[in-house]
Amino acid sequence: MADSNANSVAFVRTEQVPPSPPPFQTSGPVKWAKDNLFSTPAYTVLTVVAAYFIYLILSGTLPWIFNGVWGTSSLAECREVLDGVSGGCFSVLTERWNQLIFGFKYPPDQYWRPALTFLIFFAAAAPVLFFKLPRQLLIITALFPFVAYWLIWGGTILTPILALAGFVVGYFVYQRFVAGSFAAGFFGGVAAAFVVWTFGGLLIPGSANENALLEAVPSRDLGGFMLNMMLGVVCVSLSVPLGIALALGRQSDMPLIKWVCVIFIEFIRGVPLITLLFVASVMLAYFFPPGTTTDLFLRVVIMITMFSSAYIAEVIRGGLAALPRGQYEAADSLGLDYPQAMRLIILPQALKISIPGIVNIAVGLFKDTVLVSVISMFDLLGMIRGPILASTEWNGVYWELLGFASLLFFVVCYGISQYSQWLERQLATGHR
Amino acid sequence: MTTITDPPQGAFRLSMLLNDTRYRSYTFQFIALIVLIGAIAFLMSNLFSNLAAAGLNISYQFLGTPAGYDINQTLVEYSSLSTNARAALVGILNTLLVAFLACVTATIFGVIAGVLRLSNNWLVSKLMSFYVEIFRNIPVLIWIIIIFTIMTAVLPGPRAFRGDNATSSMFLDAFAFTNRGIYIPAPVWGAGSMVVVAVFILSVIGVFAYRRYATKLLYDTGRLLPTGWPSLAILFVPAILVFFVMGMPIGLEYPELKGFNFQGGIKIGGPLIALWFALSIYTGAFIAENVRAGIQAISKGQSEAAGALGLRQGRIMNLVVLPQALRVIIPPLISQYLNITKNSSLAIAVGYADITATLGGITLNQTGRAIECILLLMLFYLTISLSISVIMNIYNNSVKLKER
Repeated sequence: MADSNANSVAFVRTEQVPPSPPPFQTSGPVKWAKDNLFSTPAYTVLTVVAAYFIYLILSGTLPWIFNGVWGTSSLAECREVLDGVSGGCFSVLTERWNQLIFGFKYPPDQYWRPALTFLIFFAAAAPVLFFKLPRQLLIITALFPFVAYWLIWGGTILTPILALAGFVVGYFVYQRFVAGSFAAGFFGGVAAAFVVWTFGGLLIPGSANENALLEAVPSRDLGGFMLNMMLGVVCVSLSVPLGIALALGRQSDMPLIKWVCVIFIEFIRGVPLITLLFVASVMLAYFFPPGTTTDLFLRVVIMITMFSSAYIAEVIRGGLAALPRGQYEAADSLGLDYPQAMRLIILPQALKISIPGIVNIAVGLFKDTVLVSVISMFDLLGMIRGPILASTEWNGVYWELLGFASLLFFVVCYGISQYSQWLERQLATGHR
Repeated sequence: MTTITDPPQGAFRLSMLLNDTRYRSYTFQFIALIVLIGAIAFLMSNLFSNLAAAGLNISYQFLGTPAGYDINQTLVEYSSLSTNARAALVGILNTLLVAFLACVTATIFGVIAGVLRLSNNWLVSKLMSFYVEIFRNIPVLIWIIIIFTIMTAVLPGPRAFRGDNATSSMFLDAFAFTNRGIYIPAPVWGAGSMVVVAVFILSVIGVFAYRRYATKLLYDTGRLLPTGWPSLAILFVPAILVFFVMGMPIGLEYPELKGFNFQGGIKIGGPLIALWFALSIYTGAFIAENVRAGIQAISKGQSEAAGALGLRQGRIMNLVVLPQALRVIIPPLISQYLNITKNSSLAIAVGYADITATLGGITLNQTGRAIECILLLMLFYLTISLSISVIMNIYNNSVKLKER
């Protein structure tokens, strides 16, 4: 047909005219800028102000960053190299790198131990963070606390092995009895673990720490960003189970348990973390049995865990309250008892709803670990404000050090919050 | 009511304490009570034997003894001869001062940033999300220290203002930004100034009365009175008139460089500025997110419906979107205020004399009364937190959607 038309009617085109490009004004970057930057006079003013503001920031910081000096050994030397030009003395970061990361008392020849722990940490955290990974990897997660303890604190390997043995025995006892009753399984498991720890503890000789494979490092020698990471990871992982218990306790029908949980949660949430850290540093020691000494790290972990578990409990309570009433009733009508209903029906759903909230608490907690510098622990901020800024070589290098600390925290916290948003999208399975 | 599933009403047997759900909770609570009492007794016996070993006792008499230290920023009369209780009071007032200031400015920052982040202007919305992400993800303690460092290490000393070729000069001849703090003019209340203040307060009341009248008129007759310019006029014109009629009784005392330091005016110390500003921008970033979430929570249909009724853009915001968004925004906003109050305890890191620094810091270290000081400190914060939550609950109940 087309052929016959073309032959018979000379002025009919055989192919379509290609569309002409849209006018320059209404396409491409010009249109975008018109729509998004200069659509009204007020927006134009806003855009100009914002652009000027960005210019101010960049013109101040970019030369400072690009002129930075990385290889000098003191501030005076660095100022000589810069010779009046604006530039950062980033050599404080290279020269004091180990102090910033590990603190100033960790034995330098042992730095590989925390570094290795940090690497294993990723392997241990991966199966928890990404549900699609094979579940067998959770074995690494389960073993990680013991390996990490041994690597960081060193000393005899018998201690972490004994701790692990206690958990394993407790787990088997729990498995054996949980079919009968959850309470029997749970308390039996706890009792079995304590039996193993008590009797195993007698077996470890007091001199085991001497000539150990890894040199023992006391906790007061921990410091730097490592301390922030350790406090963050330990306290978050301890406070999630505690938070679940508190949330369930607060929902409980038993008035005594309910009110104990309510009072605990409201008390902790009502006071600032810094007062709890004061408790850890000057008051908690009074509550331990006379004659025992507990190190500051443990006391701080106890207080921060209590602090974050109260907040996590509130988040989980929100998740429990958000579940439709029908889920509870369905569990009851199936004839499940309370522990079964919670483990099999309620908690899996409630925890799923509360994950973003828990991640928020974790980010906040990780940021709050810098507060330990106030009770004179040498975490990243404590190292910066204490030994480094007070030293004769680097007295006055504020911006490079504070900028570095901010950058570290920003990278970690922003990363976690992006992960949480990704997870929210993954878990969005259409709850109405 | 008896149903088929009710267990037979037999005699009570001991095994029912464990196996019968009606009695089991009593068993559990009884065990929990025993454990709780045991734990408390254990901790208390440890406490008392430790205290006895250290030769200490619990006593609050230190509150009446002279504190023996100076506080550089006080709202009430205080000297080193005042009691520890007085020092704690100074601390409480300083905490409330910085918390109040930071709440106000954080709200302003947060609302501006939250609204601008929703703006259609690409550059502005990106800049605001940059602000929010940067400030939310870096610990507030680091922000406090950064701003404190700017206050102490970057701003010039008073000596830079001296001489003919001074390197620094006062802003508008009234504000001096020095590393010892910021000096601003202080008002001087002359004779008759009370009249001006009274007239001003009356004008404020007048504005409210006028707005009520305008609303009432609108609802009764449908007539719309302008409220913007008349309110401003009612607020300022009478006060300014009286001010000149009374012969300008309120003056300003400008800070002046005398000797090695500035004299006169009001001095706002560096620690206060650092704490105030850092708490404001940090919490402002969180409030911005709350504001954004609140506005986005209002479905688009609401503003479209308002548009279909013929309302203008500003009225859609004021009459339809904001009243609904506020219900979503205010509860998290109040919990942010609570966070500001609690975070103001970080004052101790920069030496601002709040309650944590006076009672929990210097008084604790000088008297060694750790337990008493920390208990009082926690009591103070608990009181504040609980009263704010009570207010919040009252508010939540008052704005709760009235459902059938």
